Amino acid sequence: MTSATLTTAPAGDAAAAAREAAPTVPGARGRAWAPTLAAVGRRLVGAVVVLWASVTVAFVALQLAPGSSIDALVPPTQRTPEAVAAVTAEWGLDRPVVQQYVDYLVRLLHGDLGTSYQLHRPVTDVIVSELGPTLQLAAAGLAVALVLAVLLAVSTAGRPWASRIANGIELTIVSVPEFWLGIVLLFVFSFSLGWFPVAGANGIASLVLPATALGLGLVGLVSQVLREGVERSLEQPYALSVRARGVSETALRVRHSLRHASLPVVTLLGWLVGGLLGGVIIVEQVFGRPGIGVVALQAAQGRDLPVVLGVALLSALVYVVVNTVVDLLALVIDPRLRTGAGHDRRARDHGRAAVVGHGRPPGRGPAAGARSPPPDAALGRAARVRGARAAPAGRRVPRAVRLARAA
Amino acid sequence: MLLLLVVAFPGLFASRGPLDADPLRVFLAPGHGGLLGTDQLGRDVWSRVVYGARYSVLIAVSATALGVLAGVLLGLVAGLGGRITDEVTARGLDVVAAFPAILLAIVLVTIVGPGIPTVIVALAIASVPRYARIVRAETHVVRRSAYVEQSVTFGLRRTTLVARHVLPHAVVSVPILATIGLGTSILAASSLSFIGLGPKPPSPEWGAMLADGRNYLQNAWWISVFPGVAIVLVVVSVSVVGRWLQRRFEHREHA
Repeated sequence: MTSATLTTAPAGDAAAAAREAAPTVPGARGRAWAPTLAAVGRRLVGAVVVLWASVTVAFVALQLAPGSSIDALVPPTQRTPEAVAAVTAEWGLDRPVVQQYVDYLVRLLHGDLGTSYQLHRPVTDVIVSELGPTLQLAAAGLAVALVLAVLLAVSTAGRPWASRIANGIELTIVSVPEFWLGIVLLFVFSFSLGWFPVAGANGIASLVLPATALGLGLVGLVSQVLREGVERSLEQPYALSVRARGVSETALRVRHSLRHASLPVVTLLGWLVGGLLGGVIIVEQVFGRPGIGVVALQAAQGRDLPVVLGVALLSALVYVVVNTVVDLLALVIDPRLRTGAGHDRRARDHGRAAVVGHGRPPGRGPAAGARSPPPDAALGRAARVRGARAAPAGRRVPRAVRLARAA
Repeated sequence: MLLLLVVAFPGLFASRGPLDADPLRVFLAPGHGGLLGTDQLGRDVWSRVVYGARYSVLIAVSATALGVLAGVLLGLVAGLGGRITDEVTARGLDVVAAFPAILLAIVLVTIVGPGIPTVIVALAIASVPRYARIVRAETHVVRRSAYVEQSVTFGLRRTTLVARHVLPHAVVSVPILATIGLGTSILAASSLSFIGLGPKPPSPEWGAMLADGRNYLQNAWWISVFPGVAIVLVVVSVSVVGRWLQRRFEHREHA
C-alpha cells in the first residue's frame, strides 16, 4: 500500500511504450521531458479514476442500503405529504437513477456530502467541526513515529548486536495493537503516575499519550526501512571517503546516510497515512478524544450511512492525494522511474506487498535491490563528488590511510 | 503449535468456563483468584483469554483464506486477461486499497450490522489487493516465459496450461504473505472488536475484553493487560514463522 498503489503496471506499460516510441536523446531537454509529462499525466488520471470509482461505489451503497433520504431530510415531526413531496422534488429523488448519480457527483464536487440521517445536519459540517482534534492527533502521531524511527535506525544501523535487538523491538512494536498500547500507557502514566489527563483533548498534555500510542505502532516499519537504507549507504564508497575526511561517525550517519535512507521512507508515506487514518479511529476511542473516528463509529452504530461514507470518501481522498504527490515526488527524485525498465516496477510491486505484510517481500526484497541499481546509488555518487570537493586535499591523511588499510 | 492446541481444546488449559461468573470472586488480583485474576463479574481472566484464542484464530484464518482465494483469482484474471480486464481489475484494487481496513469494516457494519461475519468479510476485502497484486505481477512474468510459450506451441488447452504451469509459479509467494497477513488480521480483528464492531460481549474475544477492562483500569489492570499480552504473543509468533518461511524461500531462490 505504498506510493506504488496508483502506478499500476498497465499505466506504466503504456508509459513505457510511449517512451520506447520516442527514445530520449541525451542533452535534448525538451524531448527528455515529454515522457516525464506523460508519466505525470498517467498518475494524475489514475488518481482521478480511483476517486471517481470510490464515489461511484459510495453512491451504489447509498442506493442499495436500507433507510431513505426522505427520512433524513424531513424531520418526523413535520412529516406531511406536502412536505415530503416538496423535499422529493427539491432533491430530485423522483428522477431516474442516472440523473441522481450525476446530481450526486455535482454535489460532491461542491463539497456537499449529503445529510446525516441521525443528526439532520449536512455531513460536511459534521466532519469539518470534528476535524481539528483528529488532525492534531494524526500530525503528532506522525511526528512521534518519524522521530523515534530516525533515532532507532541511525543509532543501530550497521551494528550487528544493536540491530538484532532493535529488530526484536520493532517486531514486537509492530505486533502490539494500538489500543492495548494506549491502555497500558493510560494505566502507567495517567492512573499510576498521574502525569497526563485520562481523557479529552485539552492542550498538549492530553495529546502526548495518544500520539505516542498512535506513533509507536508505525515506528517499527519505518525504522526497519530506514535502517536498511542507512546500512546500504554506509557500505557505499562515499561513506569511506566521508570517514576519510575525519567526519565523526554520528555526523556521517545523520548528515549523509540518513539523507539517502530517507528516500524509501518518502515512498512509505502513503502507507503511513493509511496507518494513521485507521489508527486515529482506534486511538480516539481509547483516550476518549473527540474527532472523526468517534463520529464515524457513532454513525456506524446508528446506521447513519451518509456520515460513514463521508468519512470514508474523505480518507480515500487524503490517501489518493498523498500517494499521488509521493509518486510525483519519486519521479522528481529518482529519474530512473521516468526512463527505467519494467523490472523496477516489479520491484516496487514487491516492495508494496512487503509493506502491507509488515515484512520483507518474499524472495525479492534484497534481490530486487541488487538487480536494479539501488535507488540511492546515483545520489551516493553525487554525494561522493560533493564530498571529494568539500574535503581539503591532504587533510587527515593518516586516518584515511588507516581506513584504507583496514578496508 | 501450542496455539493450535489451545484453539482445539480450550478445556485442557482452562479449568473454569469463560462465562462462569462468580459474584464472590470479583476483581481478584492475579495469583489470588486464578492465574491471571478475575474480572468485574468474577470470571476467570485466564479462561477467557484461552477461550478467546478461538475467536481471534477463527476470524483471522477465515478472513485470510477468503482474502487469499479472492486475491489469487483476481490476480490470475488480471494477469491473464486482456489489457482492459487487467486495467479494470488493477484500478478496482487501487480503490479497495484506498480505504483502511477499519473504515471498510465501519462502512460494512453500517450497511449490514455488526458481527463476526461482517468482520471476516471486511478484513478479507481489505487484504485482497495485497495478494492479487503479487499474483498479477508474477502471472505477467510467467506468462512471458519461454516454457509457457512452448506449451502454447504444443497446443495445450488453456485451462490445463493455466492450472499446471501458470498457477503454481504465480502463487509461490502467497503462503508466506498469507502467514504474515494472518498476524495482521489478528491485530485488525481485535481492533475491530475493541471499538465494538465485532463479537458482542460477553464473548471472550480479546479485543472486546480489552474494551471491557478499560473501564476498570484504575483498580484492576489485569483485566485489560493480559488479553493484550495474548494478542502480542500470538502475532509475534505468527510473524516469526512468516519471516522464517520467507528466509527459507529467499534461500531457495538464491541457491
